[in-house]
Amino acid sequence: MLFEIHQPFRLKKYRFYDIGADHYYYDDYANEEILKRLAYQSYIPASKMLLEMIEASNKKFKVALSISGVAMEQFEMYCPEFLDCVRELVATGCCELCCETYSHSLSSLVDAEDFKYQVEIQKKIISDTFQYDSKTFVNTGFIYNDEIGAEVAALGFKGIITEGTRHVLGWKSPNYVYATAAKQDVGLMFRNTKLSEDICLNFQYGLDAGQYMGWIADSPAEEKVYLIAMNFDVIGGMNPESSGIFNFFKALPYFAEQKNLRFATPAECWENISPIAVANVGHPISWDGYDKDVSSWMGNDLQNEAIRAIYSISERLHMSNNEILRQDFAYLLSADHFKFMSTKMGAYVPFSPYDSSFDAFTNYMNIVSDMEIRLKQEFPEEVENEELNPLLKQINEQGKVIEALQAQLEKAEKKLDEKKAAAKKPAAKKPAAKKPAAKKEEK
Amino acid sequence: MFGWEWPPHILGGLGPASYGIVRGVVNTGECDVTFVLPKPQGDEIKDFVHIIGASNTPVVWKDVDWDYVQKRQGHVMDPQEYYDLRNCIYADFSNLYTNDLGCIEFSGKYPKNLLEEINNYSIVAGVIARKELQHDGFDVIHAHDWLTYPAGIHAKQVTGKPLVIHVHATQFDRTRGMCDANDPTFKIELDGMNNADQIQCVSELTRQTVINHYHQDPAKCIAMHNAVEPMSKEVLDMEAKRGTDEKVITFLGRITAQKGCEYFVEAASRCLQKAPNARVVMAGNGDLMEQMIHLVAQKGLADRFHFTGFLRGKQVYEMFKVSDVYVMPSVSEPFGISPLEAMQCGVPSIISKQSGCGEILDYCFKCDYWDIDAMADAMYALITYPELHKFMQEMGRNEVNQITWEKVGRRVVDAYKRLLGWS
Repeated sequence: MLFEIHQPFRLKKYRFYDIGADHYYYDDYANEEILKRLAYQSYIPASKMLLEMIEASNKKFKVALSISGVAMEQFEMYCPEFLDCVRELVATGCCELCCETYSHSLSSLVDAEDFKYQVEIQKKIISDTFQYDSKTFVNTGFIYNDEIGAEVAALGFKGIITEGTRHVLGWKSPNYVYATAAKQDVGLMFRNTKLSEDICLNFQYGLDAGQYMGWIADSPAEEKVYLIAMNFDVIGGMNPESSGIFNFFKALPYFAEQKNLRFATPAECWENISPIAVANVGHPISWDGYDKDVSSWMGNDLQNEAIRAIYSISERLHMSNNEILRQDFAYLLSADHFKFMSTKMGAYVPFSPYDSSFDAFTNYMNIVSDMEIRLKQEFPEEVENEELNPLLKQINEQGKVIEALQAQLEKAEKKLDEKKAAAKKPAAKKPAAKKPAAKKEEK
Repeated sequence: MFGWEWPPHILGGLGPASYGIVRGVVNTGECDVTFVLPKPQGDEIKDFVHIIGASNTPVVWKDVDWDYVQKRQGHVMDPQEYYDLRNCIYADFSNLYTNDLGCIEFSGKYPKNLLEEINNYSIVAGVIARKELQHDGFDVIHAHDWLTYPAGIHAKQVTGKPLVIHVHATQFDRTRGMCDANDPTFKIELDGMNNADQIQCVSELTRQTVINHYHQDPAKCIAMHNAVEPMSKEVLDMEAKRGTDEKVITFLGRITAQKGCEYFVEAASRCLQKAPNARVVMAGNGDLMEQMIHLVAQKGLADRFHFTGFLRGKQVYEMFKVSDVYVMPSVSEPFGISPLEAMQCGVPSIISKQSGCGEILDYCFKCDYWDIDAMADAMYALITYPELHKFMQEMGRNEVNQITWEKVGRRVVDAYKRLLGWS
């Protein structure tokens, strides 16, 4: 079982006349309100429930969490007690933390450099906050294709998780561990769409824990792994406590015991189960909607233009040392901003803070314009990226070069001193004789 | 149906709207329509509708022969119909001023003695209603806008048929809520609504006005949004005459308080400060035009603000063709057809949330009329981000092309059926 936790930094209304004048982009009120509401309704009670389940089942219940970097930062700011809950979970040894991109971004599809950077940052944050080394990678919205697989494999992960999309799997079952096309020893697991969506989308229509585990127990014995994944706020947020969602989850370990099923973390799966076959995924897939592709993020002209605009400054930005600018850039990469511009379901997107997809676009582009101006102040526009790179290198390395030269100089001086000292030993008494005179002058 | 305007003799928005509704209703194949006009000229479009002129309907019995009637008004009415109508005169109106055929003269416009003309129109309506009932029979009376409400009420009293009134605008909107119960127009509207069996409003916004300010039963009020005629090929193919490659932001309409022109000037001037490559056009005239010119001069933007005066006919479309953004910041607009026309011409629109047409449009920017920041922001975005402009252009055009009078006609007929208890 895997739960996703992510909240973007929602942007405030940013008018065109703020461009170049106001460099703060976030709607603090909305961010705090939404995060706290969800934390108290869902995240905290749900993580306490998980802890209870682990303890009650004698550590037989296992779970995996994936928390985006931007969400973690918001928790630190507004609701640090949730991070303590996660720490407790991790301490039981039954909870795996998966790694994703820091911003919950689309960089995997657009900008390989930035992707690498973001994953490394996120890895570092996880190890700093929870002293945990992630072995499993979960991309934004479970987006995956072979290229992403290769990139992730190169970053040293043991396995990747994606969606059990029908049009990719075809006759194959999602309930096995597969291998990525790039590297055979990196595992690939597909989410069981049906079992996951039964909970996250259709729970309201009634679902019984015994029956649910029965479905898994009754399936062919060779099918070993059932990956059930959803957003964490499905528990308590989308389905309030009164819907019985908490009791449903609490009953799962009991029925698993009864039906002889075991829980495992993804890391255990990579360890213990050898891949049955290589899975090839040409076009990117995701867990989103009915189409299971990336069209919710990159489906129309507005989205593509916004993505182009923000990633066009990426290379230059990574050269900058301006931490605040880099931080703003990372926050702006959250995939949610692009999802708010979707027109798949008409002009308004559910859960969007904007009235329409084009309002979202306007706001976002105004902010990107401001980012461009700030970046220009950092580096003059006339200098090309290619030129800039060696220049910056020179500047950055200047320090080192100076240090090295200084060291040399010191060495040389020392040598010189030694030589002088050796040569002037007989005359060494002279300065000592002059001392009283010097003292007089000071007075 | 009772109406006041009919193409090609159009004075305001009422004519095209009535025309569209009738065409839509006839198009369903379930209805025939007789349309009463104050004064037809003979060149009206009447291939799908039977038009009766009030100024051709006798209210005083005159002994005239066939040839004379044919000669006098054969171009607008069949003499047989004249005699049929003459047989339905129900009272002695010889005290009224009538002509040699016993007909009351109408201007068909909006003259000084409009109230008298409205009253006369309702007298004539009594004759027409009786004749229609005797000859062809009918099921519903439909009256367009307050000018024809008295006629509708009279026809209802004479025939006992249900009355549907169509609220294209309200006095409450026209006066920005400053009318009292003694306002004659308000009185006529109220009387019409009280007597109506069904009230069709051009938007939910108008429906709410009717419910809250005219105290009507919500159950009998329905929103019946307008549509727009497809652009003629001639207009669509028209070349845009652009002198500069600067972006053009356009306001088009009467420059009056109701249209929110001062908000437009404020918003546009904010936008100009940041976007030096833009020009602003205010087309139309009205009582606030002079004030607006002063306001623009005060802001020192007179070189980028252009006032064109009143545009007629094709000029309107020429204006749309050279525009990049169309803005309708009305303080209160029952429907407002012009953004739809702009979008047909491929001009992305910004409209106020207080406009009825916003209820059926998704792909246009909407802001409160007083929210000049939001309005300016939308203007700036549309002229600065080409992708957004292209997107709004395409999506807007697609959306508007789905809004047809055929669909409106279908809904009107369905509403009739519900009223009559047929469905």
